[in-house]
Amino acid sequence: MTLRDHQHHTLVVLVENKAGVLSRVAGLFARRGFNIFSLAVAPTTEDESFNRITIVVDVESAPLEQITKQLFKLVNVVKISELDPRDSVERELMLATVRAEASERSQVIELVDVFDGTIVDVGHNELTISVSDSPERLDDVEELLRPFGLIELQRTGRVALPKLERNSPRLRNASKVS
Amino acid sequence: MQLNGGQALIKSLELEGVEVIFGLPGGAILPVYDPIIDSPMRHILVRHEQGAGHMAEGYAHVTGRPGVCMVTSGPAATNVVTPLCDAYMDSIPMVCITGQVAYGAIGTDAFQECDTTGITASVTKHNYLVTDAKDIPRIIREAFHIATTGRPGPVLVDIPKDVVAPNTPRSEMEWYWPSDDDIKAGLPGYRPTLKGHPKKIKEAAELINRSVRPVIYAGGGILKARAAEALRELAELTGIHVVTTLMARGAFPDDHELALGMPGMHGNYTAVTAMQKSDLLIALGSRFDDRVTGKVDGFAPDAKVIHVDIDPAELGKVRVPDVPIVGDSRLVIEELVKAIRDLGGADAQPDRSKWKATLSGWQEKFPLTYDDAEPGEGLKPQMVLETIRDSSPDDTIVTSGVGQHQMWTSQLWKFNHPYTWVNSGGLGTMGFSVPAAIGAKVGRPDATVWCIDGDGCFQMTAQELTTASIERIPIKVAILNNGYLGMVRQWQDMFYDERFSQVRLTQDLPDYKMWAESMGCVGFRVESPEEVQATVDKANEIDDRPVVIDFRTDARENVFPIIPAGQNNDAIVVHPSQEPNS
Repeated sequence: MTLRDHQHHTLVVLVENKAGVLSRVAGLFARRGFNIFSLAVAPTTEDESFNRITIVVDVESAPLEQITKQLFKLVNVVKISELDPRDSVERELMLATVRAEASERSQVIELVDVFDGTIVDVGHNELTISVSDSPERLDDVEELLRPFGLIELQRTGRVALPKLERNSPRLRNASKVS
Repeated sequence: MQLNGGQALIKSLELEGVEVIFGLPGGAILPVYDPIIDSPMRHILVRHEQGAGHMAEGYAHVTGRPGVCMVTSGPAATNVVTPLCDAYMDSIPMVCITGQVAYGAIGTDAFQECDTTGITASVTKHNYLVTDAKDIPRIIREAFHIATTGRPGPVLVDIPKDVVAPNTPRSEMEWYWPSDDDIKAGLPGYRPTLKGHPKKIKEAAELINRSVRPVIYAGGGILKARAAEALRELAELTGIHVVTTLMARGAFPDDHELALGMPGMHGNYTAVTAMQKSDLLIALGSRFDDRVTGKVDGFAPDAKVIHVDIDPAELGKVRVPDVPIVGDSRLVIEELVKAIRDLGGADAQPDRSKWKATLSGWQEKFPLTYDDAEPGEGLKPQMVLETIRDSSPDDTIVTSGVGQHQMWTSQLWKFNHPYTWVNSGGLGTMGFSVPAAIGAKVGRPDATVWCIDGDGCFQMTAQELTTASIERIPIKVAILNNGYLGMVRQWQDMFYDERFSQVRLTQDLPDYKMWAESMGCVGFRVESPEEVQATVDKANEIDDRPVVIDFRTDARENVFPIIPAGQNNDAIVVHPSQEPNS
């Protein structure tokens, strides 16, 4: 499920909030033979006329430069930032419904607590929990919950922001090609 | 002023300076065809929507202004996909208006519905689905802006019927006309870089001043940027020779002493080998197409590369440049000329006499050549072309389809003026020639337009000659009729042990002379060499209707030189008579 550090790149693509833009972006990846690993889209908070698309791709960096340039040619794409996983913070949200009969319920709750998760729904024999963390930590949660019995599990695509570097921010603006 | 969407569309096109629309009406676009009656814009009614698209391309090629085509929804929209893709590959400015089913019917599989914006997304620079007549002036202005600026290309505007029909809620609008600033503000993600980086330009100038075997590799971008004059200045200042790619023929005059002609798979020996042995390629508006480079690993192994292109994605796509410069070719070349002058200009150029002698040695040893026809054989296509070339005005516009005839024309014609060569380079669209010639003649009615075509290509779009006759667009068509899909035949001849598979068309069916006459053209058939000159002269005298000449050519004739696909450019195969053992 998880791509380990060096294999993946995260592109944060600022686009105009217009019909069909996501399909243009996704279509470009498909046409150039790239597989999108995960995708998250949401309006930017500062201005509703723009959306931020966070795309995780599994590629070597050389063709990534080409896809970034091609992506930037799309009229509705305003800005592209490429985030190196080593220089960014990444978060994903997980919702999971776990079997939790009375005898085991407290163990599940304890586990969720350890990962700063919350219980969002309670049934007679199951719990729905929510955890937001780095993709790797969510893998751990998944692994630890599995023995109780996972009934359903959903994860969002990841979102990312550059790390606040003390020395040099390495956020590379892919649109700035000399 | 209250207008409906159809009126607003026509008014917008008029204000964009459109003088001609190539199109064919149908159900969904009907409401737009009503206000056309009252518009001063010329509408040319085609016989197939593909023709409308290629005509718009031909018009754009020769005028530099965006070609406009308009068709209805569904099958009409799918019929323009080929010309859209063609224009996209060759960076032709074009605006295509398609009708669409009523907004509320979209997604219901309505009659003549198709997902036009979805289908064309990958073959247009941008496309729009208009949902409200209020957006029409803005979208039309944006469409023309996007089509004509940066790297030019086709833009499609898909308009549902109820957005343009009178008396529907979506169609009502209060007229306005957005300013240039409005358009720029409305396109926050579209900012083409025009000016080259001064530091990079200086680096390029220094590299040029150190190079002893430089070659200017001029591509279609020179023509798009109107940079032919600037290119000439650069070449003359530095004394550097110029190759002009298939898309750039005419960008540098063939009769210039520094002209090397066309490189690539069917380029002449000197152009190909000059690039191959060069120590510096100055790529201006060219894109290292596989037909130029051959096997990329073996392409110009000793050359450093300066690459100028307005499209940043071209830099490093195929070959990593030593000096990448994003910018408009004309502006960059002008700055480059200044930078070279600052470094001492012509006097500071190194001694390149040895390189020049090498080049002229190759030119002498390996000119383009062919064997004359023996008595009783079919016409030599090259001889036909040379006769047309030598009997027509110097600034004749030439169009071609795709295949052997295209390569011979590109090789043998002397292109001394920009915007005189119109062909389908990137997509390689058979059937391009006839409609492109019609569009070119509409754009340049003063110029002689020769459409050179193959018999295979001609059969794909010939029906547009009816359009040409009725609209009085007197183009001249030369069919190099060898009764074969010639280029495929050549490959089967050379690379498939002469096993000819599905390439025979026959020279006699259809009867091209009768077919031409049935479409209102003057038709000729030429079978013997003695008739060639007289018939070409007759064709050049006719100026009130299209002319079609069926030249019966020798099917065994192959295009030389040829670099076998996938091979290094050193593997160039010259004409058999020039092989060392012959």
